[in-house]
Amino acid sequence: MGLDDILTASVFASAIRLATPYIFSALGETFAQRSGVLNLGVDGMMLMGAFTGFYAVYLAQQSETMSEPVSLLLGVAVALIVGGLMGLAMAFVSVTLKAKQGISGIGVYLFGLGLSELLFQQWVGTPKSVSGFPRINFPVLTDLPIVGEIFFHHNLLVYVAFALVPISAFVLNSTTFGLMIRAVGQNPEAADAMGVSVARVRFATTTIGGMLAGLAGASLSIALINLFQQNLTAGQGFIAVALVYFGGWRPWTVAAGAMLFSFVNALQLQIKVVGADIPSEFAVMAPYVITIIALVFATKRHEQPTALTKPYERGE
Amino acid sequence: MKKILTIGLLVLLLISGMVSLAHDDVFRIAALMPSATNDLAFSQSMYDALVAIQAELGEEAFEFTIQDSTYIVDDAAVALRDWAASGEYQLVIAHGSQYGPIVEELAAEFSDVSFAWGTRQDTFGMDNVYSYAAASDEGGYFNGVLAAHLTETGVVGLVGPIEVGDGKLYADGFANGVASVDEDIEVNIVFIGSFSDVPLATEAAETHIANGADILTGTAQMVVGPIAVAVANDVLWFGSDASQDELSEDIGVAFQIYKWEVLLLDMIANIKDGILGGEYYKLTLANEGLVMEYDKDFEASEELIAIADATIAGIVSGDIVPIPEMMEEE
Repeated sequence: MGLDDILTASVFASAIRLATPYIFSALGETFAQRSGVLNLGVDGMMLMGAFTGFYAVYLAQQSETMSEPVSLLLGVAVALIVGGLMGLAMAFVSVTLKAKQGISGIGVYLFGLGLSELLFQQWVGTPKSVSGFPRINFPVLTDLPIVGEIFFHHNLLVYVAFALVPISAFVLNSTTFGLMIRAVGQNPEAADAMGVSVARVRFATTTIGGMLAGLAGASLSIALINLFQQNLTAGQGFIAVALVYFGGWRPWTVAAGAMLFSFVNALQLQIKVVGADIPSEFAVMAPYVITIIALVFATKRHEQPTALTKPYERGE
Repeated sequence: MKKILTIGLLVLLLISGMVSLAHDDVFRIAALMPSATNDLAFSQSMYDALVAIQAELGEEAFEFTIQDSTYIVDDAAVALRDWAASGEYQLVIAHGSQYGPIVEELAAEFSDVSFAWGTRQDTFGMDNVYSYAAASDEGGYFNGVLAAHLTETGVVGLVGPIEVGDGKLYADGFANGVASVDEDIEVNIVFIGSFSDVPLATEAAETHIANGADILTGTAQMVVGPIAVAVANDVLWFGSDASQDELSEDIGVAFQIYKWEVLLLDMIANIKDGILGGEYYKLTLANEGLVMEYDKDFEASEELIAIADATIAGIVSGDIVPIPEMMEEE
């Protein structure tokens, strides 16, 4: 067994697929945290997005009232709306009611976990599959050796996730809205004095975070796995929160962290398949250990947003 | 007035006594499961068994209560303690090897309550603990033999949860079954380190296919992901624990079904006789606790059915030992 057996094109393609839900959810969380809101409810939002997106597609495809692509777009829309609503709820609790963000985030997570399970049991029952987003075959590009398999044979949501990385970086770094987000997260008093509504910005970012978390869930249930099961995300939302910290609240490094974590995960699967004699326990923990070590040493450390987790009260 | 009140009180006592007597005739089981009762795998197999027992004994003679999706062990401890302390249940089942330490602790505290847990062999030397397991290596071996006859690429892939218990037994049995037909067939095995991580199990299945597998198999509740991958790639699927033909569409071949009712009925009889535990049970093909079922859409050739029947007969008679090393250890 040589390096050629381990570092195959399929491993890189697998890493890209695995990274997709992390990129969606971690980018959304980056927006929220840059404005000062720590949303630990990401996983619950992902679960609700995964279930409602799946259920919309399932109903549409069962009733045969619309074409497959339209049903999938409906699923995406429903996941975005439901995720957004949960983001709004999180914002209401943490911004308007000024509740402890950590506690309210856990509450949102448990709510999403429980409700998605309940609705799944009541409305669907046993795991059932849907026709999800198909992998796209690009003329010429998909047939290219190695790069074709790695980059040009994924479903639409994978490309959307990666396209959101530069878009998010641009929004955060080069737009007025991005400036307001950073100001509110760094110095809400100064932002308020400049006429920026701290509450409105935080509502907006937490809602965006919720929408992207919903989309992250849908990327699992209607694009990568094409079914729903209880606790489908298996804690991916919490890893996304950690990736935001390790990525220094910057979209590019957050995405790089997601890719690194996913690459090591894909690599450990490939190593096991080709029969390397490594204890499975070691292989399972490798993605977490290597990602943490790599990010500690490789990324320039950034200070967290000063107002992160702190509710804003004018005059305090 | 006093007389009327006394008679009324006596009548009430009599009625409540009759109700209580009727109440005592019902055998009650409380069962705790790590995943949903419709997971198409481990938890569903126990739920199906309890439903089957109720159908056999009748609702007036058998009742059960369950708590599913209890993957957090601390939550499991609370539920198990409540059931044991209530005194309402003749048997408390902790369906998952991760619950062992809790059962050991509670069984010592509630010595008049009967506990059952699996899948492990250990009764902790206690008279009120039953343990149980499934010889999943037998179904694994059977599936492996069939897989070896059906593979065209000569590569088969297995997605397992954690390298312990019946998941490990199934994997070893499957690999030996394949090797018994053709040692050159590659059996790639991946344990993902989780019973419930569907996204990772899905990607493990994708990795198998990328490495040439044209047959997939696996155990535990996260196999819904690999089944979806098998369907999407038109790759044959072999399952375990419960029937998965609802999800596997036309790519399912055979499933090893756990019939826990075989051992539970025996435990119920024992408990009624005052034997609260101290015994280890094992589901096997021989005691019909394990049943091999073909997917309803799979059309097996007569030759394949003959091979399958011979394999089962060989295992039941003891001519075929799925994991010889295990026998040596025993």
